[in-house]
Amino acid sequence: MEPASLTEYLFFSGLLFAIGLAGVIIRRNIIVIFMCLEMMLAAASLTLVAFSRQRLVNGLPDYDGQMLVFFIITVAAAEVAVGLAIIVALYRARKTISTEDLTTLKN
Amino acid sequence: MPTILFYLFAILMIAGGVCVVALKNPVSSAMGMIGSFIGLAALLIGLNAYFVGTLQVLVYAGAIMVLFIFIIMLLDLKKEETKEFGGASIAAGVIVPLLFVLIMIPVFQSVNTDFTKLDKKALIAAEAILPESEVPKSSAIREKLKVGQLADVNLIGQKLFTEYNFPLQVVGVLLLVATIGCVTLSKKLHGDEPEGDTDHRMAKTLAKSNAIPQVVSTKDAGDKSEPNSNKSI
Repeated sequence: MEPASLTEYLFFSGLLFAIGLAGVIIRRNIIVIFMCLEMMLAAASLTLVAFSRQRLVNGLPDYDGQMLVFFIITVAAAEVAVGLAIIVALYRARKTISTEDLTTLKN
Repeated sequence: MPTILFYLFAILMIAGGVCVVALKNPVSSAMGMIGSFIGLAALLIGLNAYFVGTLQVLVYAGAIMVLFIFIIMLLDLKKEETKEFGGASIAAGVIVPLLFVLIMIPVFQSVNTDFTKLDKKALIAAEAILPESEVPKSSAIREKLKVGQLADVNLIGQKLFTEYNFPLQVVGVLLLVATIGCVTLSKKLHGDEPEGDTDHRMAKTLAKSNAIPQVVSTKDAGDKSEPNSNKSI
């Protein structure tokens, strides 16, 4: 039983990113689309941490990658707060959050 | 053959992700998302990133998902589940991520390295070569490394407040701006009157119209009482 290699971590984070991408394309509900976006961000941060663990500096993990993850989490939290406020404002104005009904900019 | 735990949590993560995309009810999507994030946090802890893994659970599974569920409950989204999933969009949603995975295959083939082990011996050796200009001699980082513990939080904290001090301040400003943005967006606009607002105003005007006769009636009562008192005198 040896620990998983970098390739396996990259594979699973790529898979999670692909699932998030599929969700953004398939789903019609804006809130679920937003959740899938968050999932893609999380997949990217898994990749960053895997590479930070792979590249040792002075025998310790390279903490630059983990700093980037820290900032990604902070920015994602801010983004979710503002995004959900926008969604609530949108729902108040149009009474729907399905992307099929929000086609004012089409044509 | 990697450890079972890695596969367990990786499958939890992927299954949660599939749940988010496949389930129609937004609340079950959110629950799948929480499972996905817990699996992800476990994978991060498996990568010796204890602090980031904890942060993942606290911020994502704790704060952000509560916000999502709160908004789902607030908007009461159960009614419009009928026209989810169009045929063309499913085709696009399968093909585009599949292409993405195909592009990734050469990357997976070219990168095939195991992680160097970070056991007790390696950590003690790392402490010996840690430059003294970066980490002072009698610090918590060195003391923990000497006994073979990875001082994860201390190392991140040291980096955050020295090398990444300016980005940290910028992120603080960003959070402030996001807070102000939320408050501004949540406030009602002056131009248009949403339904709830008009109801409120109607109630106010009704209360006013009720209040006016009341005032008149008390005046009347006063007028009536005055002559009475005059009479009594």
